[in-house]
Amino acid sequence: MNLKKKNNRAWFLVLPVVVVVAFTAIIPLMTVANYSVQDIFSPTNRLYMGLDFFRQIATDPAIIAAFQRNLVFSTQILAIEIPLGIIIAKLMPRHGWKAAAALVIVAIPLIIPWNVVGTTWRVLARPDVGLLGVAINQFREFDIGNTPADAWFTMVLMDVWHWTPLVALLVYAGLRAIPDAYYQAASIDGASAMSVFRFVELPKLRRVLMIALLLRFMDSFMIYAEPYILTGGGPGTSTEVMSILLVVIAVIQFDLGKAAAFSLIYFLVIQIFSFIFFTVLTLDERPGATKKRNRTAESARDDVARAIGGSR
Amino acid sequence: MTTQAISITRIAKVGSYFDWRSWVFWLIMAVWSIPLLWLMSMSVRYNEDILSVFEIIPSRISFRAYAEFFNDPLWYGALINSLSYTTMNMVLSVAVALPAAYAFSRFTFSGDKHLFFWLLTNRMAPAAVFLLPFFQMYQALGLFDTNYAVALAHMLFNVPLAVWILEGFMSGVPRQLDEMAEIDGYSFGRFFITVFIPMIRAGIGVTAFFAFMFSWVELLIARTLTGPNAMPLAVQMATTSSATGLDWALLSAAGVIAIIPGVIVIWFVRNYIAKGFALGRV
Repeated sequence: MNLKKKNNRAWFLVLPVVVVVAFTAIIPLMTVANYSVQDIFSPTNRLYMGLDFFRQIATDPAIIAAFQRNLVFSTQILAIEIPLGIIIAKLMPRHGWKAAAALVIVAIPLIIPWNVVGTTWRVLARPDVGLLGVAINQFREFDIGNTPADAWFTMVLMDVWHWTPLVALLVYAGLRAIPDAYYQAASIDGASAMSVFRFVELPKLRRVLMIALLLRFMDSFMIYAEPYILTGGGPGTSTEVMSILLVVIAVIQFDLGKAAAFSLIYFLVIQIFSFIFFTVLTLDERPGATKKRNRTAESARDDVARAIGGSR
Repeated sequence: MTTQAISITRIAKVGSYFDWRSWVFWLIMAVWSIPLLWLMSMSVRYNEDILSVFEIIPSRISFRAYAEFFNDPLWYGALINSLSYTTMNMVLSVAVALPAAYAFSRFTFSGDKHLFFWLLTNRMAPAAVFLLPFFQMYQALGLFDTNYAVALAHMLFNVPLAVWILEGFMSGVPRQLDEMAEIDGYSFGRFFITVFIPMIRAGIGVTAFFAFMFSWVELLIARTLTGPNAMPLAVQMATTSSATGLDWALLSAAGVIAIIPGVIVIWFVRNYIAKGFALGRV
């Protein structure tokens, strides 16, 4: 069934993409690699440094601390946004104008420029005149400018507000793709809402959840504009994530070699994590596992019956 | 037969219950829209009020900020800049990604899997990594401080994403369609443009939306590659501060205006997002 034609002329179709990506990614990356091994005082005066910069980066306490913050941030973000996104997607209306309105409203935070998000939350979190700050101040002292925990809390809340809609939209699309026959079959078998979710929806959502997980991981690991505008990395260094640090080293300290080495390590870390996610999540689809499409209600029903029967 | 009858009555009953799901959803959305409403309210308040008085409903309002936005060429020019590079990027990304996605969905060729994953890795590159080389490269090409530079640079993350999304949609179109077209004597180009592309227009809509979105909201690269001539809206907003401090009302008004094009794009693809995703694997 899954007989893709072997055809090396397909390379011609891929060529434009390869050219574009070479131009926008490979050449710049080679420049970065070139910088990472030499200290440039002026265009004519350079000193070969070998792997010294990499060693500096790997032992720099500020960078290690920022890396840990990134890890904690991404973990928290995924732990909140994925379940919340699924819940919102399940609650979204499916039909009529309400569905259209819901889609537009849910998607709005995604198209707000990142600096606007930062600006909005910066005012919103002010303890004297911001709604969030004032509201929390009723219960306990809240000061985003001086209390690290408050700044962190606001940063997480801001990201949840900003990006959960992406997860919700992807999951919503995944849910819509499930044929009605599956639900009918589950209903005939008297499956509870929980087991419908566990045995019908979740397996079908696997793919979109993988995409959501990967996108959210990558983007939360690279987050820059929002925390930069919200707190500038402060108070102290409490919200200083890696990209803020990288921009400081590259643009403000103008330490090109160190910044380049940092960039490469940063890039590599994201790639490794993403590759692990990708591999783990697609384990049982390999190699070239076929996806069955256009299934009849009967076979869907059998599937569900088997799954639910198996769980009893 | 009996079980079916029972389940149908059960379904019918569920429909007549109080629709708590819908209520919970709209409640969540109400909470979700608070920051946005806050932004809108800031844009019509007086600067001296914004940072001194806490009020949920503004006691006095003015549309000065909006008037200023559309009278200052710096501001509306920035809006036009943003719109032009975003549109260019969207069109280019989709155009380049279409044939590639077709190749990935229809053929196997040497190194296809590696190429596909490698493309995705570019989506994982932190923008900060590319700042310096981009700056030097576009300056050497004489494209620095033009909309073309930003449009091209944003293809870095949009092309891989476009290939990824489109490939999913294309895999949802049966391969028999291609074969039948071939038997009917369609040339590849004619088939692709007159038959295949209309088939996946939903996918193209969704892809265009994502390309637009990621290009529209990006700040770091856009800031690095532009000077005063091609300054995007986001950068104009980030740099706006005067001796008297930030003009919060104007900043908020610009923020509200920056949301509008996105809302229009979402409105166009709303049905595609809903139905469209179902076609592909996404």
